[in-house]
Amino acid sequence: MDELPIASGDDVVRVRQRVRVVAADSGLSLVDQTKLVTAASELARNALVYGGGGTARIEAVTSAAGRAGVRVGFSDDGPGIADLDLALTDGWTTGSGLGLGLSGARRLVDEFELTSKPGRGTSVVVIKWSR
Amino acid sequence: MERVPILKLGRTLFVSIQIDLQDDSVMRLQEDLAAELAATGATGVIIDITAVEIVDSFIGRMLTMIGSISRLFDAETVLVGMRPAVAITLTELGLSLRGVRTALNAEKGLELLGGSA
Repeated sequence: MDELPIASGDDVVRVRQRVRVVAADSGLSLVDQTKLVTAASELARNALVYGGGGTARIEAVTSAAGRAGVRVGFSDDGPGIADLDLALTDGWTTGSGLGLGLSGARRLVDEFELTSKPGRGTSVVVIKWSR
Repeated sequence: MERVPILKLGRTLFVSIQIDLQDDSVMRLQEDLAAELAATGATGVIIDITAVEIVDSFIGRMLTMIGSISRLFDAETVLVGMRPAVAITLTELGLSLRGVRTALNAEKGLELLGGSA
């Protein structure tokens, strides 16, 4: 498993590049690689901008049915999210963005798990399976 | 932070993004383009994203804003060379890049600008 810090814009780029390599090695199609890397970019930026920085964990995984995939986890020790449903609504944002980061990232992956509590940071784990 | 160079060809500004874009680089490009538009009176901007592997919501918003800013300088922006995987991902992400014209490649982009180069 690769563990990468997210403390700057350059780190976000490094996370994207690493996710791309692992996704290609796992046999994801070019479109699926692009979707996963884009989702990772959104989530890494969230960890940086809203979480004050954090960590990305990138790992090749295999499903129970034997399918190859990539799991990427993001965690930060930021202020957390009070209303998860609201945060996952298209167009909702506390920042200056479009409010598509979290909701869009969820659409781009196969599995999406968001855990957060106010004051306890935020963790998002996503998986994209090969087809 | 790496900077994206802006070339002036006749009355068109040509930008080819060849780096892995981080947020600061895109914001810098936006500022550099606005300054260049004001200084040159260019009537068109072509942004070539042939080499861009992903466009996420931030980069997409910045591209849309570049289109809006250009319009305030009486210039039209055309985004060219989008990869198929990027187009599919952008659409699923929910970004339409409304207000930005697109063309298949730089040559078609120039045609769209009325050959203003």
